[in-house]
Amino acid sequence: MAATSNGKANGATRWIGTRPVRPDGVDKVTGRARFGADVHLPNMLVGKVLRSPHAHARIRSIDASAALALPGVKTVTTRDDFNDLSSEFVPAGEMLVNYRDVVRNVMAREKALFEGHPVAAVAAVSEKVAREALALIDVDYEVLPHVLDVVDAMAPDAPLLHEDMITAGVEPTPTKPSNIAKVVEFKLGDVAEGFAEADIVIEREFSTQPVHQGYIEPHSCIANYSEDGQAELWCTTQGHFVVRGHCAKLLGMDVSKLRVTASEIGGGFGGKTVVYLEPVALMLSRKSGQPVKMTMSREEVFRASGPAAGTRVWVKIGMTNDGRITAGEAVLKYQAGAFQGSPVQPGCMCAFAPYDLNHVKVVGYDVLVNRPKVAAYRAPGAPQSEFAVESVVDELAKRIGMDPVELRLKNAAKQGTKAAYGPTFGPVGLVETLEEAKAHEHYRAPLKEGQGRGVASGFWFNIGGETCATLNLGEDGTIALVAGTPDIGGSRASLCLQAAETLGVDVERIRPLIGDTSTLGYTFLTGGSRTAFASGMAVVEAGKDMIRQLCERAAKVWDIPVDAVEWADGEARPAGSNAGEFDPLSLADLARLAGKTGGPFVGRAQINAQGAGPSFGTHIVDVDVDRETGRVTIERYTVIQDAGTAVHPSYVEGQLQGGAVQGIGWALNEEYIYDDKGRLQNPGFLDYRIPVCSDVPMIDTVIVEVPNPTHPYGVRGVGETPIVPPMAAIANAVEDALGMRFMDLPMSPPRVLKALEDARIAEAA
Amino acid sequence: MRYEAPETIEGAVKLLAGGGPRGRVLAGGTDLLVQLRAGMIAPELVVDIKRIDETREIREEGGRLVIGAAVTGAELGEHAAAKAMWPGVVESAELIGSTQIQGRASLAGNLCNASPAADTVPALVAAAAQCRIAGPGGVRRLPVEEVCTGPGQLSLDDGEFVVAFEFPERRPRSADAYLRFIPRTEMDIAVVGAGVNLSFDDSGRCAAARVALGAVAPTVILVEAAGRALVGTECDDAALQNMAAAASAACRPIDDKRGTVEYRTKVAGVLATRAAKIAAQRAKGAR
Repeated sequence: MAATSNGKANGATRWIGTRPVRPDGVDKVTGRARFGADVHLPNMLVGKVLRSPHAHARIRSIDASAALALPGVKTVTTRDDFNDLSSEFVPAGEMLVNYRDVVRNVMAREKALFEGHPVAAVAAVSEKVAREALALIDVDYEVLPHVLDVVDAMAPDAPLLHEDMITAGVEPTPTKPSNIAKVVEFKLGDVAEGFAEADIVIEREFSTQPVHQGYIEPHSCIANYSEDGQAELWCTTQGHFVVRGHCAKLLGMDVSKLRVTASEIGGGFGGKTVVYLEPVALMLSRKSGQPVKMTMSREEVFRASGPAAGTRVWVKIGMTNDGRITAGEAVLKYQAGAFQGSPVQPGCMCAFAPYDLNHVKVVGYDVLVNRPKVAAYRAPGAPQSEFAVESVVDELAKRIGMDPVELRLKNAAKQGTKAAYGPTFGPVGLVETLEEAKAHEHYRAPLKEGQGRGVASGFWFNIGGETCATLNLGEDGTIALVAGTPDIGGSRASLCLQAAETLGVDVERIRPLIGDTSTLGYTFLTGGSRTAFASGMAVVEAGKDMIRQLCERAAKVWDIPVDAVEWADGEARPAGSNAGEFDPLSLADLARLAGKTGGPFVGRAQINAQGAGPSFGTHIVDVDVDRETGRVTIERYTVIQDAGTAVHPSYVEGQLQGGAVQGIGWALNEEYIYDDKGRLQNPGFLDYRIPVCSDVPMIDTVIVEVPNPTHPYGVRGVGETPIVPPMAAIANAVEDALGMRFMDLPMSPPRVLKALEDARIAEAA
Repeated sequence: MRYEAPETIEGAVKLLAGGGPRGRVLAGGTDLLVQLRAGMIAPELVVDIKRIDETREIREEGGRLVIGAAVTGAELGEHAAAKAMWPGVVESAELIGSTQIQGRASLAGNLCNASPAADTVPALVAAAAQCRIAGPGGVRRLPVEEVCTGPGQLSLDDGEFVVAFEFPERRPRSADAYLRFIPRTEMDIAVVGAGVNLSFDDSGRCAAARVALGAVAPTVILVEAAGRALVGTECDDAALQNMAAAASAACRPIDDKRGTVEYRTKVAGVLATRAAKIAAQRAKGAR
């Protein structure tokens, strides 16, 4: 299946590229792993949130006296307990959050801005009492008109979510408020000049629906606030240091007084990079003096946690008759939800990233609507804009009768390409994925009658960032590896392999742990496909730190200069003129001697990882369309992606397959259905249709390895790129099957059947 | 909430007709328990009928199949005689939910939940199955299509419950089929369901046809005009087109999160056609 399936990435490594059983695997399959809701404390209370039934309403008053009087209710919290915070943007995942908005998102202040917006929370002795208490809280709402779509929200007479919001990024500064938080623009060259060079220009408008990350584990946490103002918090999160920062800010605490432990995580995909319940649980615990546990129901997850932005995208691309793209232009309008901060900026930056272009212009609008605030979802912003661009590129290829892979090869971004968003690419693997696609048996396999095949490419930046890691050498020569990035995709296995490679020891002798916020220095969250890269880099640095200490100790034992000791194959050896003079000292030997030679060994690293290599992928998909019911069936699917170096190929393949499957759901069935009052009608997996196993074929994968020169083993992040190409690849395949291009997602059976019926009627007329 | 699990029909009737608050009948519980947990219902009495032998048996009585009310989809799927006689009914029961749900979900629960989208009901109606209903006045029989009167509403009187389903005698050259449309491949609720039951004479012409549709009206509907369109024909394309038109014409669906009026109406005809072809194929291969 993979290029690197035989154990080694290349001849030079012993552990990188192998496939050991994941260190967290046994606990997960036996049910021993502790997820967010699996921690219990003595005297624990249950916290529950009262949520707005209205999509948009002013909160005149909240009266919780009847709830507080109910036996078993310990405390209630509302907006009155949280201090207002001024505007301050901080990173959360690949997106920014504003503390002024975070405090309002976790507990509504002036207004409820979406159905499901928290307006109060109770802590009680049982779930039953807590639920009864919620029903006794009297909230006086003034219901306001609401708006759900970006086009409606941008209309001059649209209901305003924030009456004081003045659009940023436009000159002159607007005098009137609107729902447009921000306008961003990226330019390269002059698009007018580029379109003048074109023989063919195609422009199209696309729309995508908000989609949920669909993690199986709902948000859950337990907070324990002590009388001396310190607190512990256990939660399911992609970044407990980020949770600590947000909660400390909202609660007015020193970060040193809040210790956050990340539980095992049942899926995040970007959606667990922000806080929802955590500050509320801390507040309830502070007020009640007891531990408080809060867990969302699936319905709450859908109503109140962040989807990916729904979008409207206009794209215009010019091309010569021989297939050279001369200019690309796009306008992106992204739903932010109830607070500003959609991923429209990365959407703009990624839109044309797979192409080496001279003339590009992309304008993006960040638009507020009465929906839950969007959160990061795997390559936030990129799937929507690249869906539009890759659809138009496919149409251009058809127009001139050129193979779509050839057209992409002709225009592909490569080393030295200046991207429209600024940087010049180093070594990147797009061309390699396209060449693999062209050569793949799937691309040449005959299609059955009525089926269609589509291809599309995708890009994601990947990030690095602040990262710590520690290696603690045990007295028997085994190692505890402590990282600060929660493991959402097999990263513990990958980190152990990188440590094993660096130290030259058996990977089974290394046991990983995700340390809590007090055990390591600040470590940014797991997001941006940064963990195998940045925590990997930190682990390698920590390994080198330990090797330095081990060599010093060996030099001391042998009484030779330290530069006469080398570390190879997991042991210290005398080198140079001393070579062969002494028996080597293994890691276990040195560990055993530690107490007599100077004390324990701890390898540490604290880095700000730079130089994350972007990852490109190309997907091939075959579909079958039932002309009578409109059902699109995925018949065959191949993901080809550059991983830099696949540290643990199985988990790289898993990422490629998972991204493709989530993209299939996005393309075919997933959507939020609202009634005319802005209330969500399908807050559950029955009617919000992520694919089930039988909906998808086995996803084939091909790992391409174009090493990232800034990482010691060449690693690039792989987790996000695979969700970028599926929507366009599937739309292109449907077009190939039907001769009909779908520009609005999802391509659900009713939508496809309607298009087919309309075409039949048009043909008959 | 009081939970009772009587072991006789009389015991169950006594509890259900007991003069106190109206109880809810529990068979597999795959709808009832979900509704309880979601706070949609809060019954004061739940009567579990699974310990009553008659509800758990599949029997042949004089060439007629009788399926107990609480027989599960998994049990039905492993019953060779039931599959041979009523493959459409069995397949409708087997595609509900997951493997785990299959171990609990029952025909009577599916019927008495009174959802217009219930999968087994179009197949049972097409099969002309009757419910054996026990109540304070004794046992009576009622065609399946007369049990539900609207979403969530039953024609059963206080104290009554479904004990079993009785099927008509199976004639030679007869077979049934059930198809549903869902956007996924499993774990979903029918957007449209179609059950078709056909009998052919020895000249290969359709002698009897029943077509029933789910999720296109407040209750499952028996479309007699669709059946008539096939009787006397060889179920050729023209006859099937007439049948599909009659099926679509009978639809009175609503727009909701699971489908539009337009979509349901169109797909009802498509599924009825496909189900009729399968039933015809099976009938020709049967006995």
